[in-house]
Amino acid sequence: MSADPLDNGQLPAHSVPPSRALPGTGEKHRHVLVVLVLDKPGVLNRVSSLMRARNFNIESLAVSHTARDGVSRMTIVIHGDDVLVEQAAKQLYRLIDVLKVQDVTNDPTVEHELAFIKIRATERNRSEVVSIAESHRGRVVDLATDSVIVEAVGTEAEIDALVALMAGFGVKELVRTGTVVMARGSGSIEEALKR
Amino acid sequence: MAGVLSFAEDVKRRHDNPMAMTKAGTGPPGRTRRSHVPGDGTGASAAVEQARKDMLREVKPRKRVRIGADVLLEALIRQGVDTLFSYPGGVILPIYDVLGDYPEIRHILVRHEQGGAHAADGFARATGKVGVCMGTSGPGATNLVTGIGTAQLDSIPIVAITGNVPAALIGKDAFQEIDITGITLPTTKHNYLVRDAADIPRVVAEAFHIARSGRPGPVHIDLTKDALQAETSVGHPSQADIEAGLPGFRPNVDGHPRQLKAAASEIAKARRPLILAGHGVLVAEAWDDLAALAEKTQIPVAWTLLGIGAMDETHPLAYGYMGMHGWKHVNRAIQSADLLIAIGMRFDDRVTGNVRTYAPYARIVHVDIDPAEIGKNVAVEVPIVGDAGRVLRALLPMVEGVVPAERSAYHEELAEWKRESLASSWHGSGAWRDGLLSADYVVERIAELSGHDAALVADVGQNQMWVARYGGFRRPWSHLSSGGLGTMGYALPAAMGAALGRPDKETWAICGDGGFQMTLQELMTLVQDDIAVKIAIFDNKKLGMIRQWQEIVYAGNYHSAALLGPDYIKLAEAYGIPAFRASRPDEADEAIRAAQAVKGPALVWFEIASEQNVFPMMPAGKGLSDLIETWGEEPEE
Repeated sequence: MSADPLDNGQLPAHSVPPSRALPGTGEKHRHVLVVLVLDKPGVLNRVSSLMRARNFNIESLAVSHTARDGVSRMTIVIHGDDVLVEQAAKQLYRLIDVLKVQDVTNDPTVEHELAFIKIRATERNRSEVVSIAESHRGRVVDLATDSVIVEAVGTEAEIDALVALMAGFGVKELVRTGTVVMARGSGSIEEALKR
Repeated sequence: MAGVLSFAEDVKRRHDNPMAMTKAGTGPPGRTRRSHVPGDGTGASAAVEQARKDMLREVKPRKRVRIGADVLLEALIRQGVDTLFSYPGGVILPIYDVLGDYPEIRHILVRHEQGGAHAADGFARATGKVGVCMGTSGPGATNLVTGIGTAQLDSIPIVAITGNVPAALIGKDAFQEIDITGITLPTTKHNYLVRDAADIPRVVAEAFHIARSGRPGPVHIDLTKDALQAETSVGHPSQADIEAGLPGFRPNVDGHPRQLKAAASEIAKARRPLILAGHGVLVAEAWDDLAALAEKTQIPVAWTLLGIGAMDETHPLAYGYMGMHGWKHVNRAIQSADLLIAIGMRFDDRVTGNVRTYAPYARIVHVDIDPAEIGKNVAVEVPIVGDAGRVLRALLPMVEGVVPAERSAYHEELAEWKRESLASSWHGSGAWRDGLLSADYVVERIAELSGHDAALVADVGQNQMWVARYGGFRRPWSHLSSGGLGTMGYALPAAMGAALGRPDKETWAICGDGGFQMTLQELMTLVQDDIAVKIAIFDNKKLGMIRQWQEIVYAGNYHSAALLGPDYIKLAEAYGIPAFRASRPDEADEAIRAAQAVKGPALVWFEIASEQNVFPMMPAGKGLSDLIETWGEEPEE
């Protein structure tokens, strides 16, 4: 509200009242959430069910153990505006088994995923496939007469780029682990957990 | 009526002494009872009696070791549970086998598990304690789900217990097996599947702690039959153990000092402030703190549907019920406010309408214990996460006192709007002017004749809005209504729970003819357990709110709005419940008084005007400034 129309305690004379802003900007960005949860049966179901029921679309989700007994770590990538993602984080906190949620999108982190790409490759073009893979920090982990499996590690964008390059040869099969991240420096989300 | 009453007594006697059933001739004098049991003095009856004695002699003393079912009941008693709404079934029979050994727990045999869940909910709303309901696996469990969902949307602390098939059979599509924890996962605050008797004490204690702490809600515990049957010597944990075992559940109860300061400064600056009181005030038992803040700052208080009762409606600063069917003066005050102080409410769509046009001039201070509610539906200037009571108490010394004279212009304007709103022809339908019985009139009479102290339990639809608008509530926890889920059939079973929770208060279930027909099976529970619920059926022979929407929004295409109903007097008599009828305004008081004079349950059939609408009404998608106040013919002035 700019100049206060209510200064005299009377109703403002606007014929059209100002429109109330809705929460959020509507500008979607990629967000990475790190979620520490109790390692209990069904906790993955609780998280995924919540995201589904509240209409948040998960791009990737990676789950693993942590250095602490009984605590698991999920890395969730979702697209949405800042307020929507904050709302997702707050909803996650409502789950009894969720210990900590951190949006690390704007933090300095290392971030990677791993992919296996099975590519159509005969003797004729195999060396070309291998050299492209190696130039993208990929390596061949399986070799057959008419195919190779390339293992690649990198950011989501790097793997996207490699998969796009391989598309010309014919990608027979693709599997990606989903992104995992860790904050740079000595800070630790696990150590930040209070007992 | 005398015959009817004595039948009710007879039913009760049969309950107290089941063997009375086997004796013919013990019914009310002058009545013959048809029975498959032979009459006294006949040869056949002597043979039956002999067989019964032989059978009793053969019964061996029950082998009694402490099993999982015992642990469950011990744990419930440790949580202070004295009432359990339940229906037996195969896998929870181990509980029923030991239930008789725990006289601390009064078991109410409901007629349908949905009724049990609503009764636990009504018990919780009327007392502020945790309500408990139970059902068997499969259909017993799925029948609870509607009641659990009702509690979830309205943040009501209940613990719902179900049995499940033995652990080894889970996943095998066994008889009456369903993945009930999968079903309740998104409709509860938390849920558990217990396969081991040793886990029962911890799980039950956690469930109660979670249900009632922070933002309350339903918790579901599913127990396998073998866990209930296993012999165990497990002990019970302390409250400290429980809290230590839930590292992910630490609700923030105290508002952040910086935000409290910001709120105080907003309040100091505001010229047209309004407090919006929600359910959180009642949950936190903060009604006195609310009144104290309102009085010190001279800020009027409006309330949401579930916030009704947070302030005595006769308080000079009490302004009224807001929202879709709220009072026009209240919505007008919101639309012209420069500051909304929202306490324990969640800006539901029935409160805001179109958010873009909601309270266009207002800055918002939002207090809620659930951080996820803040900024969910509306953007707010001052977010305060905390318990309504603790925040109000912390805020009180920080705000400047205001003398009424400083706000006199504002107060007078609001008072004028209120006078206008109350006096206009849609205060109620005005149907009573034509000699028709109008629902708003009946609600006002019930409230008046019960001294504004009774619990009024609304069903869903037009009756719910009439209760909210005209109930004249003066005490907390006296208005019960399924706000979030809008569960038709809620009133009768919830009133049952409320009446058992507060036997010192009169309890009315106010149902439409539609909602009443959804859960009327609980009439017999009222008789069997002698629960003094007074039932008011608002019979317009229509699904009234459906008809109203079809009239206004769907161009009068009244598909399925007309609803047949039984003769409610005969129905009640068949159940042994005294029943009365009123079809004209001058019959209402007498019928209400007659029902009040009955010691146990009673029913009043109000044949109300068949096409009465609830006005004003905010059409869906519109804003609070777009209220429809009349429809069709111009009202008489």
